[in-house]
Amino acid sequence: MRSAIVMAFCALLSGAPAPSPAQTVAITHGTILTITHGTIPNGTVLIRNGKIAAVGPDAQVVVPAGAQVIDATGKFVMPGIIDSHSHTAVEGSVNEISLPNTGMVRIADVLTTDDISVYRQLAGGTTTALVLHGSANSIGGQSQIVKWKWGRPLAQWFIPEAPRTIKFALGENPKSANFHPPPGVTPQYPATRMGVEEVIRKSFVDAKDYMAKWDEYDARKARGENPMPPRRDLLMEEMSDVLRGKVDVHSHCYRSDEILMLLGLSDELGFKVRELQHVLEGYKAGKEIAAHGVTAGTFIDWWGYKAEAYDAIPYNVALMTRDNVIVSVNSDSDELARHLNQDAAKAMKYGGLTEEEALKLCTLNPAKQLRLDHRLGSVDVGKDADLVIWTGHPLSAYSRVETTLIEGDVYFDRARDLANREALAREKRDRLNKEADDEAKEKKDKKDKKEKKEPAK
Amino acid sequence: MSSTSSARVPRSFWAAAVLCCASSVFAQSVILNNPGKKPTVAIRNATIYPVASAPIPNGTIVFSNGLITAVAANAAIPPGATIVDGTGLSVYPGLIDSGTTLGLTEVSSVAGTVDTAELGDLNPNARADVAVNPHSNLIPVTRINGVTTVITAPQGGIISGQDALIQLAGWTPREMALKSPVGMHVNFPSMRSGALDEQPQDEEAEQEAKKTYTKNVDKLRDIFRDAQAYAKASAARALDPKVRRFDRDVLLDALVPVVMGREPVVIHADREQDIRAAIQFADDYKLKMILAGGDDVARVIPELKSHNIPVLLGPILALPQREDDPYDVLFTNAKTLHDNGIPFAIRTSEDHNARNLPYHAAACAAFGLPKDVALKAITIFPAQIFGVADRIGSLETGKLANIIVTDGDPLEIRTNVKRVYIGGEEIPMESNQTLLYEKFRQRP
Repeated sequence: MRSAIVMAFCALLSGAPAPSPAQTVAITHGTILTITHGTIPNGTVLIRNGKIAAVGPDAQVVVPAGAQVIDATGKFVMPGIIDSHSHTAVEGSVNEISLPNTGMVRIADVLTTDDISVYRQLAGGTTTALVLHGSANSIGGQSQIVKWKWGRPLAQWFIPEAPRTIKFALGENPKSANFHPPPGVTPQYPATRMGVEEVIRKSFVDAKDYMAKWDEYDARKARGENPMPPRRDLLMEEMSDVLRGKVDVHSHCYRSDEILMLLGLSDELGFKVRELQHVLEGYKAGKEIAAHGVTAGTFIDWWGYKAEAYDAIPYNVALMTRDNVIVSVNSDSDELARHLNQDAAKAMKYGGLTEEEALKLCTLNPAKQLRLDHRLGSVDVGKDADLVIWTGHPLSAYSRVETTLIEGDVYFDRARDLANREALAREKRDRLNKEADDEAKEKKDKKDKKEKKEPAK
Repeated sequence: MSSTSSARVPRSFWAAAVLCCASSVFAQSVILNNPGKKPTVAIRNATIYPVASAPIPNGTIVFSNGLITAVAANAAIPPGATIVDGTGLSVYPGLIDSGTTLGLTEVSSVAGTVDTAELGDLNPNARADVAVNPHSNLIPVTRINGVTTVITAPQGGIISGQDALIQLAGWTPREMALKSPVGMHVNFPSMRSGALDEQPQDEEAEQEAKKTYTKNVDKLRDIFRDAQAYAKASAARALDPKVRRFDRDVLLDALVPVVMGREPVVIHADREQDIRAAIQFADDYKLKMILAGGDDVARVIPELKSHNIPVLLGPILALPQREDDPYDVLFTNAKTLHDNGIPFAIRTSEDHNARNLPYHAAACAAFGLPKDVALKAITIFPAQIFGVADRIGSLETGKLANIIVTDGDPLEIRTNVKRVYIGGEEIPMESNQTLLYEKFRQRP
């Protein structure tokens, strides 16, 4: 009862986005960090039906009458931040821990819309995320790309044309190096990096056999025979689609040897790796990663939390960038996802990326990794109007998000958040008081009833 | 720019060092921790931010034998001093992190390298300074971003042990220790974790939690009551040898300075009711209390104020405890304390990334804390709280030469720290991470 009230309350927090009454929105007089074509001081972004209709200097963008105007004088405008490694909004465990390969399970089935972290991330400028399984298994399951449309039904969080994705994991986690099964429980295979390689290899070998069976069946059918169809296997179907290039592989990894192992395996078995996740030793194998056309999403400065993270260096981003790898900084954390702009800024300090290269780390580069750069990642005409307005330059630690828009709708607005606080606190108090009163009344009624039945002697 | 560090060590040494380090996870740092010389140095033509007073454009700072000897627009440069041209650069005091586990941990998941939490609930005799590894690879990583001094704190149980204030340079733990013990670290018992605050509890679990909580608070109060009696008995025997001899108790011995009010108790508490209970506890035993953590400080301002309790606030870059806490509550707490005149410092509660201390402070400034106060919260304020403001925390004559030279505001991420001096000694701007960087950027 109480939890239901609290949940309802949380859903009210700062409210669902006001559906924009005006289909046309103009953000005016801001410094616009376009990512693809430089910085526009005193610029305007015109939004029509959720897409960027025009961007340019104030003088060159005509704001039509009736447009909703957001004055960004003195402020900075950038594309929404994209987090290519998130576990936010997953209900329950992120690991279906029972098998080394659980590629059949889907994150989309366990997403909730009331995780407060979603709202907090909007307050840090993050608008899109790749939500993944954990790394307990060598193959963890099917991931989901979402936009953080807080307050809207889940169906609207999905991007229909987003690619299908699957999570792989290498190293300490899938070999259960840091988790010990309780006494009496048999440890799960694999226990070494050799075993991790074998799990992935066997999965694809099996998938090839599975595909061959269906090919044979289709051929016989085409010949007019009436063959018995092979038994469907949801895991093998998914693995087959990876081989067919229909599903993007995002693989958790740390050490350079296991990175090279996966690249070798992809050559041998004919699948493609889209993004190496974490990839803290990517700098030791940048050339090989680039040669395979694989991208990399990493932490700028996390290190030392386990043995395979001990050689992590904050220069990883810069070194891989210089090797022509498309690099992003991502979060793996509800907290870090609130300030990925700051991690991007650190790449200027550690290895000397330019301002534009740094900004790309949390915008255009992850958009490319998710194959959504035709829609996301920069302030360009025709792209989704996912925009963040900052009090100052987003690469400054002193800056704060004022407003976050997704497809032209405001999903976070600091002024609105501040204005709502008192009313929300009052509402919470009233609801809890009412609940307490109701409970007391219920108790009293019960007692009265009982006394009526058995009158005091 | 002169580079005394590389002059001291031949290049080939570094090359060899890179090779050994990269290959071994547990290799100790090859970085010189404390070269041992305390030369006379003058940094001139720099913008000097003494923190305790107004910035000096085009100023000169001179230090010798580890101490600052002059800070002024036209300070005289003694003959023989190494002169560093600070044109375009800024000089600040070394930054101080008021809560870390530096030196006590190396690889978090490898138990053999972690010495943060002793077994059992009551370990007042555990001392952080005896287990600090001066050659930890975390230390160079931290100091080359400008953090020169930290509290390193034991973590476990209810009484975790004794915090040490250490300089991030030195060949031995003793050389590093600036003040130790600097406080008795207590984790005040809590009824429930933050995440469960708003969740319904079944009655049985609630009763169980209450029982554990009461038991833990009793444990804490009992040992402090015993320590009071023990201190009294010890004092009586010291005055009068005829008082009957009694066996020493190492736990109570450790608590004597605390119950006598000579050593503060650093109580970690985040939740409103826990902070209130902690204040009541400190009040009952007449302890000098410092609050650490303090997520809910905004709810207990009058109590903090009336009891004059300083706060070691943080981590700042962390999530609020409750689902319906304002999203920015941890960012605005510092401003709330400042506006109410409550002394505070900022801590990261970190190990590997204590280097990010300045960005925790900057987050407070982004949400209303004046920038100069944010800087003070990681320099002079902690020095005052730990009773060492005569030695560190600002650039003033007579203080230790904990000095950083930057190309801008150290609270800004893009700023680079160019030089670090700890106790007057120039620190090589190298860490295992910079060595790996140098090695792999040259990979053919």
